Amino acid sequence: MARAVTTQHKTIATAAAWVVALLIFFPILYTIITSFKSEQEAIQGFNLIPSGTFESYSEVQQQSGYFKFFFNSVLLSVGSTILALIVAIPAAWSMAFSPTKRTKDILMWMLSTKMMPAVAVLFPIYLIFRDSGLLDSRIGLTVMLMLINLPIVVWMLYTYFREIPGEILEAARMDGASLWNEIIYVLTPMAVPGIASTMLLNIILAWNEAFWTIRLTTTNAAPLTAFISSFSSPQGLFWAKLSAASTLAIAPILIMGWFSQKQLVRGLTFGAVK
Amino acid sequence: MKLRTLTLGLLSASALAFAAHAESITIATVNNGDMVRMQKLTDDFTKANPDIQLNWVTLEENVLRERVTTDIATKGGQYDVMTIGTYEVPIWAKQSWLLPLDKLGDDYDVKDIIPAIAGGLSVDGKLYAAPFYGESSFVMYRKDLMEKAGLKMPDAPTWDFIKQAADKMTDRANGVNGVCLRGKAGWGENMAFLTAMSNSFGARWFDENWKPQFDQPEWKKTLQFYVDLMKADGPEGASSNGFNENLALFQQGKCGMWIDATVAASFVSDPKASQVADKVGYALAPDNGLGKRGNWLWAWSLAVPAGTQKADAAQKFVSWATSKHYLELVASKEGWANVPPGTRSSLYANPEYQKAAPFAKMTLDSINAADPTHPTVKPVPYVGVQFVAIPEFQGLGTTVGQLFSAALAGQSSVDDALKQAQDAATATMTEGGYIK
Repeated sequence: MARAVTTQHKTIATAAAWVVALLIFFPILYTIITSFKSEQEAIQGFNLIPSGTFESYSEVQQQSGYFKFFFNSVLLSVGSTILALIVAIPAAWSMAFSPTKRTKDILMWMLSTKMMPAVAVLFPIYLIFRDSGLLDSRIGLTVMLMLINLPIVVWMLYTYFREIPGEILEAARMDGASLWNEIIYVLTPMAVPGIASTMLLNIILAWNEAFWTIRLTTTNAAPLTAFISSFSSPQGLFWAKLSAASTLAIAPILIMGWFSQKQLVRGLTFGAVK
Repeated sequence: MKLRTLTLGLLSASALAFAAHAESITIATVNNGDMVRMQKLTDDFTKANPDIQLNWVTLEENVLRERVTTDIATKGGQYDVMTIGTYEVPIWAKQSWLLPLDKLGDDYDVKDIIPAIAGGLSVDGKLYAAPFYGESSFVMYRKDLMEKAGLKMPDAPTWDFIKQAADKMTDRANGVNGVCLRGKAGWGENMAFLTAMSNSFGARWFDENWKPQFDQPEWKKTLQFYVDLMKADGPEGASSNGFNENLALFQQGKCGMWIDATVAASFVSDPKASQVADKVGYALAPDNGLGKRGNWLWAWSLAVPAGTQKADAAQKFVSWATSKHYLELVASKEGWANVPPGTRSSLYANPEYQKAAPFAKMTLDSINAADPTHPTVKPVPYVGVQFVAIPEFQGLGTTVGQLFSAALAGQSSVDDALKQAQDAATATMTEGGYIK
């Protein structure tokens, strides 16, 4: 009897999980479906069966050229992530292994910068970018994306590093490891899963960042977010094309997320249960 | 092998030299059918001007507005040509942010630009932006339902007639609403409509001394009429309907009348998208016999920012994109019905265009019925028909729009909404230093 209840529970839980997952995924699914419709079909109301035309994809490619934007997206998201890790690993190390009285405050302060609406600093940032000639440059945007994601990267790494017993590092020190040796040869290999999931999450965040990437670029450094927004229209004239552009833009990150979901989930729930 | 390397080197060097010689201009533009078409036709321009290369930045209207405003206010110099509306032109020109367009070429024929549009884009007699496409608003109505109601739409109806017709056409059992109007809050959404409507009721945003006028009886009449009309004959949830929502309703046959942008005519009469394509008639926006109609005036226009290093090339492009030649180019490739409307008088005199666009005459009459420099019955210190061309208007217009949208939704009374609008406007104008 008890067994039957468990199975029943399991079935219900699974069904509920599927429903929730489908609900969350539905907007993306509908975008993909709409991308295979003609413009007329797209505005005709709710319909799950598209005519299967590739018209929108070819027009989107013809009009804007996907690959230039794609290349920028890859460069910006990977570049900013690597840069963020270079800064964040030592920072998280010091906070995790030699905490001071104010470490918690520093962490909170870093996170608090994420609480401010981005538009509040649009003008100062724009002026800095203008004066340093960084508008529409890949370097400028890489640094910008690194900066806005840095608090999250430091926080995630900090949580990971805290899980690693300090004694191991002490043992390394006893064996004569220098500070850098300790970080590179002892800490980093132990924290690889944590660093990997931080990296993945940061790449996703940078890939999807749509405020600064649209506002600080024009043509040269514009990534896929700018590509999508060039098809959005308040008159709803290009729904199929907009959907095709969105599908093309999210496909790489969706596929990457699919393959790395185990690491992602592990990264996000790490330290939740002790 | 050496020879090949040398040739390749020389070739790439010359290619580089050419690229360095070619001037590239960056154009920021809004995403609509006409603008996308222009991007496809730019070969015509680059063939005639091989030394100018075009880079496009296409953005959604609100993002575009924010982007170009940031850039021009900080003199960022990211763009050489900007697509802006009739709202920005007078404000920016006064700030000296735009270059006057005085190098458009001898055959450009500035006088051919429809006077109402040219007036909205000029400051002190100088043209600061060239119109790419212009629009007003008018009544689109279902001829079959009008006939069924036993009425005949005059070319220039009054608001009373609209009310009477809406009452008769409303058939909620069959999903037909007598009239569909904008209700979604926003300075470019419900306030575009309501400000234009208020002009025909004799109302105005500010008196000659910039004192807000929402406490005056004309605004009360406007808002009360609008709310009553929509409650009796409007669609459900009208307070969240903007242009798109009403377009969809009208195309599905759920509206007897719709008062909105003239550009919508080509959508509602398109048999591929509209179920009522062959049943649509057009009339001027309504009035109250006070000498002003409830129609607006808007033109997406191309302007050259003062910060550009490539003013000559930019003006060359603006001249091409807004010329008579461009209209002919579109007509030859895509037919007269797809020519960007509302900019040149000669287009409306063209019999081929009249044949292809049955709403052409009514569009022109509507545009001519709007006067951005004298928009209201009583005198005002501002320019703009459905907006007030001051920088504070975007924020204030949206705040007032939210109050009026709430009144339409029944969340507040008309009197309360007007009182709050008066307070909000007084606060904004005091802060801005217009009044003490």
